[in-house]
Amino acid sequence: MTGPGRQVAEDRWLLAGREAGEAGRSLPLEIATRLLFRTILLLSLYLVLVGHYDTGGGFAGGLVAGTAFTLSYIAGGPRELRAVFPFDPGLLMGVGLLVVLATGAGAWLFGEPLLTSAYLAATLPLLGEVSVTTSVLLDVGIYLLVTGVVVDVLRLLGVYGAPEVEPPPGQELR
Amino acid sequence: MLLLLILHAVVAAAVVPVVRRRGADGFLLAAVPPLAAAAWLAWQLPGVLAGRDVTEAVAWVPGWGLEVALRLDALAAAMVVLVAGVGMLVAVYARAYFAGDRPARTAAALVAFTGAMLGLVLADDLLLLYVFWELTTVSSFLLIGHDDTEAGARRKATQALLTTTAGGLAMLLGFVVLGETAGTYSISGIVASPPGGGAVAGALVLVLFGAFAKSAQVPFHGWLPAAMVAPTPVSAYLHAAAMVNAGIYLVARLAPAFAEVPLWQPVVLTAGVLTLLLGGWRALRQTDLKRLLAFSTVSQLGFLMVLLGEGGRTAALAGVALLLAHGLAKAGLFFVAGAVDHETGTRDLRELGGLGRRAPGLAALTVVSAASLAGVPALLGWAAKESAYEAFAHGGPGDAVVLAGLVVGSVFTVAYSSRLVLAVFAGPLSGSAARMPATPWGFAGPIVPLAAGSLLLGLWTVPVDALAATWADRFPVRPGGDPEHHVELWHGFGLPLALSALTLTLGVGLYLARRPAGSVQDRIGAALPAALDVDHGYEAVLTAVRRLARRVTVTIQAGSPPVYLLLIGATVLVLPGSALVAALLGGSAAGLATPVPWNGLPEAVVGALVLAAAVAVALIRRRLAIVLMLGFVGYGVAGLFVLRLAPDLALTQLLVETLTLVAFVLVLRRLPEMHDDPRPSTRRRAARVVVAGGLGVLVGGLGLVAATSRTRPGVGATVLAVAESEAHAPNAVAAILVDIRGLDTVGEMSVLLVAIVGVASLVLVSRRTTGGVAERPPPADEGMSPMEQEVSR
Repeated sequence: MTGPGRQVAEDRWLLAGREAGEAGRSLPLEIATRLLFRTILLLSLYLVLVGHYDTGGGFAGGLVAGTAFTLSYIAGGPRELRAVFPFDPGLLMGVGLLVVLATGAGAWLFGEPLLTSAYLAATLPLLGEVSVTTSVLLDVGIYLLVTGVVVDVLRLLGVYGAPEVEPPPGQELR
Repeated sequence: MLLLLILHAVVAAAVVPVVRRRGADGFLLAAVPPLAAAAWLAWQLPGVLAGRDVTEAVAWVPGWGLEVALRLDALAAAMVVLVAGVGMLVAVYARAYFAGDRPARTAAALVAFTGAMLGLVLADDLLLLYVFWELTTVSSFLLIGHDDTEAGARRKATQALLTTTAGGLAMLLGFVVLGETAGTYSISGIVASPPGGGAVAGALVLVLFGAFAKSAQVPFHGWLPAAMVAPTPVSAYLHAAAMVNAGIYLVARLAPAFAEVPLWQPVVLTAGVLTLLLGGWRALRQTDLKRLLAFSTVSQLGFLMVLLGEGGRTAALAGVALLLAHGLAKAGLFFVAGAVDHETGTRDLRELGGLGRRAPGLAALTVVSAASLAGVPALLGWAAKESAYEAFAHGGPGDAVVLAGLVVGSVFTVAYSSRLVLAVFAGPLSGSAARMPATPWGFAGPIVPLAAGSLLLGLWTVPVDALAATWADRFPVRPGGDPEHHVELWHGFGLPLALSALTLTLGVGLYLARRPAGSVQDRIGAALPAALDVDHGYEAVLTAVRRLARRVTVTIQAGSPPVYLLLIGATVLVLPGSALVAALLGGSAAGLATPVPWNGLPEAVVGALVLAAAVAVALIRRRLAIVLMLGFVGYGVAGLFVLRLAPDLALTQLLVETLTLVAFVLVLRRLPEMHDDPRPSTRRRAARVVVAGGLGVLVGGLGLVAATSRTRPGVGATVLAVAESEAHAPNAVAAILVDIRGLDTVGEMSVLLVAIVGVASLVLVSRRTTGGVAERPPPADEGMSPMEQEVSR
């Protein structure tokens, strides 16, 4: 009787859910978010990895990941954002910058100038020829940082900047 | 040497928890680094006296030729004696002085100061010297402001900081000019082959300004008496033995190279003699023990400035001897002042008296120190003063004037030294002085080595003479001077001996006649205009600067984003804008290629739509619609990128546009629905139209000019070629971002992080100020707030 699909439908479409009868709720948006959120994140990862060869890159990937979180924020509000992104965005940004810097400075370990990239190519079973450059790590750092920035903007402008926690509506801002 | 400096830094950090936990006993740890420095000096001294300087150099920023170059020569050794020797005693003394207290910050600042001072005297590089110079300034600020709950202490610490930093900045400028003209910042290099010319004279004036401010020379001496709010151990160290000598040291350091520059001698000698006289004059009338000592220090610093800056062998010899004599005597006297203050609760000479009977040991130590300061025979001060008189005894009328100044200044010294000793220790035991117990050896103990030094080195001057001569031998012997002159107890009969006798006689006479002399002084003081008062001058300068700062702030910090945007826009228009117009009018336009309006119909259509949306943005007043139209412009530009076959650009543009739109909408929730409601005045709108329109034309024009003014072949082909082969990235855009211009990307990422921190602080700050009392209306008026600008970047 209770298959997995039914289970989801009974519970909620979003991670944090919404209070029943809450105003401003959009069921189609919630369903779309449910369907698209992971897909968009996957797309963002793809963009990071493919960036070296095709359109994409860490910056674009980070922005795409940001749109995924933006979507969940629009559909489910601050609570949903907190549910799908339960870390401090500052942490993500810091780790991202650290990865960027470490990738750049890593070249020093090999006696090379800053930001020299290394290139590895190998033929693996099943996958065929695989090659990787260390600058992909740089892209990963950028990806993390940009994602963190977008989420932080959402958090700052969406949560703190929301009129609810601000002066009551009667009080004009000017 | 570097290890010693590192030891100071480590101990400065380590002493904090120790003092916090164990109280003033932690100062014993603070005594360790100067002890190590003193031991090291004792080990190196024979070599230094034999003329072998100890050097050490570590590359710092090799690309800029910066290095940590250290050098121990005779002059530095004399300073290290004071810095390390007195530093050690000060730490021991501070243990008694701060007993029962836990001044962790002061202890740390004291050690840091000792290290900075050591670095200052050992530095063989102008810029390194400057770094240590300012480190002493900063740590002395913390030390003077020890009592940070006291407004007066903070104000006076600030006075010391501002005066010496102003001098320090001027000095830095002088150093840069010196270093650039000489082609090296190495002090020994500059002294070996001094640069010449007008620029150097200017640089020297700046350097002397810094040295005068640091060493409290007239007219920058005001901060030193004010700094007497510092705890006495600090005063004993900073204001007797170490920091104030830094300026003297610098002048001495540069004297071998520049003493013959025409401007040097008049400036240095005038400032020195005036300081000597003024300090002594003011010291005569002080009733506060520490202020008396402070003015005495000012006066002796003037004396030292004359001797070490003059540039002749005998003067330099006397200078090094006096440097040591004054450091030993004055630190000892400050220690006495601290002991008396601590035990009796007062340092007012009018309330003190008769302590000699209570604390004969302390009295004896004081007599020895004060006698050395006054130049009484058989003490180190005597030998130094004899040589000082000798240095100016054979010259022309200029030297005679200086000599007269020295004698008069020394007469003052004898008078106030006598008064200091007799007012505190002689006479009947008065009220508060009765609280004095027997000699407090915790305080008096550290004075013993100082007084013993004054006495023994006065009798047996050979070590002092050896050190002084090693330094002085690099100076020429002045005409008529004795090339074999020594710092000695007995020079035989001559003018110096007669002058010394005269000095002592007149000094004692001035002491005995102190009442009538004092009233004469008061009458002269009252007749002088208040403008000559340096404290008054300092306050006036400070007030003027504050007023200017307030006026500037009020003018340009209006607190309104529209005004800021207008100002920024206008600046961009005026600076790069006028340059562009000038270049185009100047005939550069002829070299530009003819721009192609569009490639094909789709571009023309998209372009027209973008333009239409842009016009709509300027006309619409509903904010949401404005934002949507802006988004339309952005998407249109992304479309243009697609048409130009730039998928990476188009993707990024689309994503940024989308997220910016969301951010805008989030912010819009807080803003009024309509833009410019009510309408601003026509005049303001006209200004906006002019600036915004001008900015649009300018940016468009710049883009057009940049695109059509190609003078060299493009790098595109090269980038495409290396992208695959060297960056292993078939996507050339990625190759540029992460490899070819990788450092730019790293920088941009850091900027992004900084920007988001800025956004966060703006949002959080506005939350704080608008939630409660609104001191001024939130500038939610028009256009983009700074927050939005950051987001849309």
